[in-house]
Amino acid sequence: MSNRPTLDHRAKSHLSYFIYMAHRISGLLLACFLPIHFFLLSQSLFGADELDHYLKLTDFWAVKVGEWGLVTLLTIHLVGGVRLLMIEFGTWRGLRKGWIQAAIVLSIISGLLFLALAD
Amino acid sequence: MSTAIHSSAVLQAKLWYAQRISAMVLGLCVAIHLFIMFYAIRGGLTAGEILGRTQGNWLFAIFYEVFVLACLVHAPIGLANILRENFPRSYGLSILPWVLATLVLVLGTTAVIGVFTGGVGR
Amino acid sequence: MSTVNLKVKVWRGAEQGEFVEYLVPRNSNQTVLDVVTYIQRKLDPTLSYRFACRVGMCGSCAMTVNGVARWTCRTHVAKIVEGDSLEIAPLNNLPVIKDLATDMREFFNKWKGAVGFFKGEQTRHDDFAVVKPDSEERQLANAGIECIGCAVCYASCDVVASRTNYLGPAALNRAWTLTNDVRDTQQLDRLRAVAGDAGCHTCHTHGSCTERCPKQLEPTAGISGLKKLVARAAVRGTKWGKL
Repeated sequence: MSNRPTLDHRAKSHLSYFIYMAHRISGLLLACFLPIHFFLLSQSLFGADELDHYLKLTDFWAVKVGEWGLVTLLTIHLVGGVRLLMIEFGTWRGLRKGWIQAAIVLSIISGLLFLALAD
Repeated sequence: MSTAIHSSAVLQAKLWYAQRISAMVLGLCVAIHLFIMFYAIRGGLTAGEILGRTQGNWLFAIFYEVFVLACLVHAPIGLANILRENFPRSYGLSILPWVLATLVLVLGTTAVIGVFTGGVGR
Repeated sequence: MSTVNLKVKVWRGAEQGEFVEYLVPRNSNQTVLDVVTYIQRKLDPTLSYRFACRVGMCGSCAMTVNGVARWTCRTHVAKIVEGDSLEIAPLNNLPVIKDLATDMREFFNKWKGAVGFFKGEQTRHDDFAVVKPDSEERQLANAGIECIGCAVCYASCDVVASRTNYLGPAALNRAWTLTNDVRDTQQLDRLRAVAGDAGCHTCHTHGSCTERCPKQLEPTAGISGLKKLVARAAVRGTKWGKL
């Protein structure tokens, strides 16, 4: 039986941990989304009308919010992932804090672009 | 080192390697995909528009199939890592990465064939 | 002269225990080690804690201060105090012997487990080994060899917390420096030791080790190096052999 303190949010309150968690969660959510995405597109196998029928379903506002979320998550995962590849395969230049800032900024831009361009 | 531990170590190393290589491929694919998406969603998305671009287009077909195969390697290994870390004793959960892999491969390839052919009828 | 008191919560007990609050006079230029020492000498002689050099060289005084692993002799109260409160606990991820003193055996056993020790084949009868200081291996080793085994990185790691057999950042960092020691003759054994699910590939790069190291060492760099090396050893083989 143990009631001693364990690693809590104070130990994890640094930028590198934040982007690690964001990268992990975004990856998990994207992995859940992927089969749905492929299923939707695979309806094209039955012709344009069938695909259109499913595309119309995505006009619902809640789905649009979800799509905005997915674009944001995809950008976080992409930039966070490239950061990891730089850390693991590139010349060592620290924890690449610049890439963390880029991940945050670019994902916001992605989200805004989606909102601006989507119908 | 016993053979069981040894082959697991070799497998772990290879899985790590495969996930990173597929990550490099995905880095490219996702960046391109984002650009295509932003271009495509302007003024709404219709089947006609999508199929107009992809139907009969070998470049798109190959690009997206490579994309699907990279996801096939990358996502299940990532999921397996997360499960192993957070549910270390639940060996039953290890079926989930296989389920994901099957869904990605089957549904993904069907989607690529679908948008390439533009429909083979009901 | 009015004295402002610090409200200092200190972990008393072992794996089971509680935080006990002490009132400690606040001074300028006060370190957390000063605070712990004051409590033990003036308020409660039964408090157990470790320190040695008290000048930031030995790493013995590492504890969890306000949730973060630090060297208490090098942590000024003014820098980390929250209002007038401090919380001092033993290092995470290590068994508690009593109060603020932890059992460091598993930490050092993992160091051994990662083949974090040197073995060469030359004797006193041979000529000196020649290692060029500007060679790539020497520079890579240099970047990590100042580790004094304080366990701050080990105490900060999520993976150590969740996976009891994970070797941890310090052991892996030491293994990496020895991988770059061109005189060492155990490289294949070392690669095998840092492979597998207790090894380098289990690191998920959240970077707390590099963030918290009081000597600004970067275990993440060494572990990344090992990840590549072990992967190559598994797939293609290295100059020392195949995994």
